Amino acid sequence: MSNMIASLYNIRLLDELAEKRTIIHNIHPLIKVLTTCVYLIVVVSFNKYELSGLLPLVFYPVIIIALADIPIVPLLKRMLVVAPFIIGIGLFNPLFDHSPMVVLPWIQISGGWISFFSILLKGVLTILAALVLIATTGMTRIAAALGMMRVPRVFILQLLLTYRYISVLIEEVGRTVRAYSLRSRGEKGIRFSDWGSLTGQLLIRTLERAQRVYHSMCCRGFAGDYNVGSEKRIQIGDILYFTGWGLYFVVIRYFNIPAAIGSLITGV
Amino acid sequence: MSHHIIQANNLKYTYPDGRQALNGVTFQIQHGESVGIVGANGAGKSTLLMHLVGILFPDEGEISVGEVPVIKKTLPVIRQSVGMVFQDPDDQLFMTTVYDDVAFGPRNYKLPEGEVEKRVKSSLETVGILHLMDRPPYKLSGGEKRAAAIATVLAMKPDILVMDEPSSALDPKSRRRLITLLKRFTHTKIIASHDLDMVLELCERTIILNNGQIITDGTTLDILANEELMEKCGLEMPLGLQGCPVCGAKKAT
Repeated sequence: MSNMIASLYNIRLLDELAEKRTIIHNIHPLIKVLTTCVYLIVVVSFNKYELSGLLPLVFYPVIIIALADIPIVPLLKRMLVVAPFIIGIGLFNPLFDHSPMVVLPWIQISGGWISFFSILLKGVLTILAALVLIATTGMTRIAAALGMMRVPRVFILQLLLTYRYISVLIEEVGRTVRAYSLRSRGEKGIRFSDWGSLTGQLLIRTLERAQRVYHSMCCRGFAGDYNVGSEKRIQIGDILYFTGWGLYFVVIRYFNIPAAIGSLITGV
Repeated sequence: MSHHIIQANNLKYTYPDGRQALNGVTFQIQHGESVGIVGANGAGKSTLLMHLVGILFPDEGEISVGEVPVIKKTLPVIRQSVGMVFQDPDDQLFMTTVYDDVAFGPRNYKLPEGEVEKRVKSSLETVGILHLMDRPPYKLSGGEKRAAAIATVLAMKPDILVMDEPSSALDPKSRRRLITLLKRFTHTKIIASHDLDMVLELCERTIILNNGQIITDGTTLDILANEELMEKCGLEMPLGLQGCPVCGAKKAT
């Protein structure tokens, strides 16, 4: 129960972080969205056995988190929510792929394990990049950036309203579960037989609430466009930010820097 | 829309579940009037207010604001002139900061950002919460939320203010602040409320609804002091007009 309410505040935490004023927050939203897109493409473009090549990409989220003054623990907690899915995807790789990939005198690492960790790292990096984007930009400004990228209005609206609906839903769930637990004689959780009626109620109540929010939006002239005010123009610093990171990503994509450093040190 | 007269003729509305909420409601509200709409739960107050801003449309009869009929085509014009404050301020505040919430309306009307800022700040100043403009709305207290919800409507510069239970869930001090604030407004005001003492203070005219029909429409003091009529409509005289709870002495009116 308290987890439910806590998770609500967690969701809003990202919105609050997005209101900070740091060097990263001040970068134009469009530039941040584009940089994130390039980053995601580069991350997923790596071959499943190229684990070492991926490593320098860790610097991107780490540097942004540091510069934007974002607390790391809440971000990691969110990562944990998705972790089971990522692990689920890569789980069978070590079981089916036994071909030795790294042979060291004391241990042999199979291709399955390498690809498993590569999936894990890719998952962590992509989700972290998305979370960092939301925490430094905010959903409404991301939507404005998508608008500038000519993404169809209906998709943007869908994204924004879904994002808003989540908090409406959690609020209602919180209230319903609190009322339930007060009358359930200390039982833990919700009895299976009550699931149906509870979810039904929840659906109706959240729909009604969402409808009221929508009405209040319409009463203030909402006609399908989510206006977030005039965004400042793209400046030279923004372009430098994009080209800087873009170049870094491209270099990492084509040159395996950790391997290069390794061979430099070992002289092999 | 120069005179902002609200005219409702024989409004009838039945909800999809078959419940008849309005059953032949007719009234006229003049420019600058302050009208209280009272009635027991389920009398049709909120339904009536929703017809004023075109959230619901009557099954029969028509409603017009400043000689413009409230129909789908005219909604942008109507909603610019009629501002509605919802019963639950949480329904009205959905952006990440109070500033963005108040700016939501003016931005939808594509006003230049400078004008939006001017409007937002002046609305927040009017309701006395300018210092909260960068706060997230869900972190405000009940009274502050209500003030913010009113500011979101004021920023649209409406001619008519429609409010559904504006004093509900407010502590006595916040309620008093709200009443003082509303007294200052020169807009046409339509206030649906169970808070009859507030209606007595703010509205010179009162309409009593019961089962979707207007039971009476007249001077607030005459209506609210009529014990028999109030009883009949499932209401009670405002506390301010009742006798002293300690000595039982009748209050002189």
